[in-house]
Amino acid sequence: MLFKIEPRPDPSKKMKYLSPLIAVVMMLITGLIIFLILGKNPVSAFHAFFIEPVNDFYGLGELIIKASPLMLIGVGLTVGFRANIWNIGAEGQLAMGAVFAGGIAIYFSNSTSVFIIPFMFIAGAFGGMLWACIPAFLKTEFNANEILVSLMLNYVGILILSLLTHGYWKDPNGYGFPQSILFSESALLPILIEGTRLHAGIIISFLAIFIGWIFLLKSFIGFQLQVSGLAYNAASYAGFKYKKMVWFGLLAGGLAAGLAGVSEISGPIGQLLPSVSPGYGFAAIIVAFVGRLHPGGIFLSSLLVALLYLGGESVQMNLDLPSAVTGIFQGMLLFYLLAADFLINFRFKVKSKL
Amino acid sequence: MNIDILLNIFVATIAAGTPLVYAALGELITEKSGVLNLGVEGMMLVGAISGFIAMAKTGSLVFAVLCGMAAGILMSLIFAFLVLTLMANQVASGLALTIFGIGISAFIGIDYTSVALKGIPPLNIPFLSDIPFIGRIFFSYDILIYLSLVLLTGIIFFLYKSRAGLILRAIGENPKSGHALGFSVIGIRYLAVIFGGAMAGIGGVYLAVLYTPMWVEGMVAGRGWISIALVVFATWRPLRVIAGAYLFGGVTIIQFHIQGFGIEISSQFLCMLPYLATIIVLVIISRNKNTIRLNSPASLGTTYHPATN
Amino acid sequence: MKKIKNIKSKQKDNSENQETTPRLELCNITKIYPSVIANDSINLKVAPGEIHAVLGENGAGKSTLMKIIYGVVKPDKGQVLWHGKSRNIINPAYARKLGIGMVFQHFSLFETLTVAENIALAMENQNKTEKLSKKIIEVSEKYGLAVEPERLVHSLPVGLRQRVEIVRCLIQNPKLLIMDEPTSVLTPQAIEKMFVTLRKLSKEGCSILYISHKLNEILELCDKATIIRNGKVIGYATPADETPSSLAKMMIGKELPVCSENRKKIQPKKLLEISNLSKSKDNQFGTSLNNISFNVHSREILGIAGISGNGQHELINSIVGESLSEKPEDIIICEKPAGNFAPDQRRNIGLGFVPEDRLGTGAVPGMNLMYNYFLTGHRQNLVKLGMICFKKTFELAQKCISSFDVKCGSYNDQITSLSGGNVQKFITGREILQNPKLFIVVQPTWGVDIGAANVIRQSIIDLRNQGTGVLLVSEELDELFEVCDRLIVIAKGHISPSLNVKETTKNEIGEWMSGMFPGGPAELMKENLAK
Repeated sequence: MLFKIEPRPDPSKKMKYLSPLIAVVMMLITGLIIFLILGKNPVSAFHAFFIEPVNDFYGLGELIIKASPLMLIGVGLTVGFRANIWNIGAEGQLAMGAVFAGGIAIYFSNSTSVFIIPFMFIAGAFGGMLWACIPAFLKTEFNANEILVSLMLNYVGILILSLLTHGYWKDPNGYGFPQSILFSESALLPILIEGTRLHAGIIISFLAIFIGWIFLLKSFIGFQLQVSGLAYNAASYAGFKYKKMVWFGLLAGGLAAGLAGVSEISGPIGQLLPSVSPGYGFAAIIVAFVGRLHPGGIFLSSLLVALLYLGGESVQMNLDLPSAVTGIFQGMLLFYLLAADFLINFRFKVKSKL
Repeated sequence: MNIDILLNIFVATIAAGTPLVYAALGELITEKSGVLNLGVEGMMLVGAISGFIAMAKTGSLVFAVLCGMAAGILMSLIFAFLVLTLMANQVASGLALTIFGIGISAFIGIDYTSVALKGIPPLNIPFLSDIPFIGRIFFSYDILIYLSLVLLTGIIFFLYKSRAGLILRAIGENPKSGHALGFSVIGIRYLAVIFGGAMAGIGGVYLAVLYTPMWVEGMVAGRGWISIALVVFATWRPLRVIAGAYLFGGVTIIQFHIQGFGIEISSQFLCMLPYLATIIVLVIISRNKNTIRLNSPASLGTTYHPATN
Repeated sequence: MKKIKNIKSKQKDNSENQETTPRLELCNITKIYPSVIANDSINLKVAPGEIHAVLGENGAGKSTLMKIIYGVVKPDKGQVLWHGKSRNIINPAYARKLGIGMVFQHFSLFETLTVAENIALAMENQNKTEKLSKKIIEVSEKYGLAVEPERLVHSLPVGLRQRVEIVRCLIQNPKLLIMDEPTSVLTPQAIEKMFVTLRKLSKEGCSILYISHKLNEILELCDKATIIRNGKVIGYATPADETPSSLAKMMIGKELPVCSENRKKIQPKKLLEISNLSKSKDNQFGTSLNNISFNVHSREILGIAGISGNGQHELINSIVGESLSEKPEDIIICEKPAGNFAPDQRRNIGLGFVPEDRLGTGAVPGMNLMYNYFLTGHRQNLVKLGMICFKKTFELAQKCISSFDVKCGSYNDQITSLSGGNVQKFITGREILQNPKLFIVVQPTWGVDIGAANVIRQSIIDLRNQGTGVLLVSEELDELFEVCDRLIVIAKGHISPSLNVKETTKNEIGEWMSGMFPGGPAELMKENLAK
């Protein structure tokens, strides 16, 4: 072996920032190889995947629309992840946010009140947090693993949404399709910029990045979360209450996912469907990690992961490739990130001849 | 309600539990070595589609199983490389494996969603299968179900009677001491993770080739996660794993029969049952912190590498 | 059998004439880690039957050297000669095959396995369980080290665990036994017993490499000594010709520092009152606390002696609030019933605490010194409206670094980049700067170099002199006798009456440590038997 691996005396700060970039580059190289294997011209494939979706104003708007729920949920999940509290139930929490907000929209479908939208957001936040309460309660009171509980609740949440759209809330004039009525104007988010579909929901996401930044990096409770994650024993030594961390971590994720659910149904979708999210809840986990559990990084990584979504749709239309390619890219991105993080604590050294 | 329906439910329960038996026994061995692999769902999916394609192309069950195992092993190797060689966080790596597995299985399987496989008839054991009642209960299954019982016996023997099993348990409890005594902690853990991958692969094959038999995107539908929960539920004991797996098989099967009993309930509610059952079971078993602490491998989920010591 | 013994004793004679080839010889052993040279061209010879001390400070590189001999760590340079032949000891299995056994400082046992299983793991040729059990009993009786093969290791006290480690080595008839700081878990009486065993082994021809930083032990036991400082051999000595201070001078390069005394009279104000505290153990690995009562007064240092695993952990957890009592009056801190207070509430009424585990409990690895100051220092008005006041935090961290002589680059350094001694100085300083009225310190100088240990002990004494009451838990009797005013002993979850340091001896405390004190577990056991 020419190289030898040795631990660095100190974790490398440079590598902390570089490793996401290395991961992106590695993902692109592997993507290139995949396109070659599939017999596609890599240049046109790359163009279709990464350029085409965002080469006009409308496309950029779509990118931000897709990035919006990702950054919102990403920041929310980060609150928990920093304390090693693994909420992977954002998909279900998003669905429950949509259910609660959608209920308001359907119930008040004849109202023109300006309070419908705020009311929907409150209801959606409640729905998401309610769904996150369950793993928090079961973890703090019964020591049940939050990963498994929150994951199981994904399925349950999505089934509830499906149940409602197939049943009680099915549009009577919808030709039997499992979907609700189209929301009235008062339950839809206003468009911010003409010529795009950019809706007011993105303001919430940008706000979340800002608040998350201050909360996670400057506040006492942000510090407590970080300590709980880095050294559980140190947190209990310092008297930080772990149960509080669990509640905080899970509820923040549930709140964010619930709000994202509302933004989706009252923004781009405009009604309740059996499926309101193309896996945002899972993709947000990748967003959070690739963003280094830092709001600034999450902002950037949410744009990247959003581009992967758009790219998947684009190659499906242009190159006749299945959009599942998105999932492969997402998985690879996280793999490469985790692998590249090795360089934070270790370095390669040329083996000298002894 | 007649005895035939009950028998049918029983036999179907065993079949429904078998993918879980494989995946959970595999995860049990992985966890016994101290590694928590949350990528079972992903490995099962990739195993399922690989086995399904192999079956559709060749019609050979043996070949399908081998392909599924190979696919599961490949997936587990990615995970093992990340967490054992590169010392990545096990939770994050497991999640990545699942996300990747969902993506790649959907991608590979795109052309197979409408392919129908011929079902494989259960083994027909001369005389035994024809005995009324007994024959139905004990001798009416397919080969992989019998194999899973052989596997169970093998694992019990391995864990509690063999030196290799003793080493595995020791490594899972205290890798540092294991290293000091001269065992290759990383090597042993690689093997344990690979075994877990192979078993998850078979679990997937069983689901796609024998149980359903067809390919649907994301068809594992949480069974990988339920398998992980089963290992906790079983407090890391193989016999309890299999009991738990059949219990969940039963919950799944009840869905299909409950409406037959004349109970009006929407299908979505019934679909929730296995997931809710998992949560309930987890709560019951985790309630006592000490049972978990005493039975779980002490180093579970923590990174170990000799270079960092 | 007799014949073999004769040959072996002959070997011993020869070794005294220094004619035979050494059993083990190290030539220029070098091991370089990225941040430190652990071993720098080390040469060392051990004759058959010789008890050879390797003497050095914490962090001098002794343990690394032993791990190289046992095949756990690979040297970067140098040769290991075994019976005069160069051997590449690739792993411990090979070392055991050659006849090298090692007893680790932090045992390498598996708690959930039985004694027999633990021993089987170290034996390459697998024995039948019954056969092995027989052999274990045989060996343990021969050397006076009784162990029960079927017991689960976690149910054994520390002293017995060490026995299991030793038996595990002896069962393979080693020719060289490496013992890394073996006496830290033993009472003075048990140390004497162990020395008898070691001398017996040596007579039978087994060489022993004895690692320690305790000088009197080495003088008593060892034939030869190699002294290591900062990874280099400083010199070789024959302990019989040396005194503790001459050895110490070689070991640390200067005279042993002594803490300045300046004791004042004990005042009656009680800062910690524990009365009738009982707690059943919360898991199989723990110890129950039995009816514990004692007080800590202002301006005194009360020491708790005892072998680790006798309830210290549970007792301290109860005092600092990591485990709560149902009755608040169980524990009265600074005149407030605090048994049901959470850790931060107890800190707020004047408790300061330096835990045994430094990186991971007392400090957060992965954070810099400033954040690590904030960890408990936040109560010094470092939080405004829920936000961290960075400027003030950095000033206090800076003050802690300079007042307690913490050697580091800046407050921006990662805590993990500091040496063990400096981490401990930083943690101790952080707690002291918060002006605690009651100060709890556990194993303050364990694994710390002598210079830092001295700074830490002195700062504890200074704190006492300012009026703080200090509770010091330590396994090192020397330290307790040097620093404390009064001593109590903990054994099997019982607390002994207190003794004035000046009116007791290490032997008495040692006896008490095995439970033989008025009202102690040994007495209670006798009473129960009488009934």
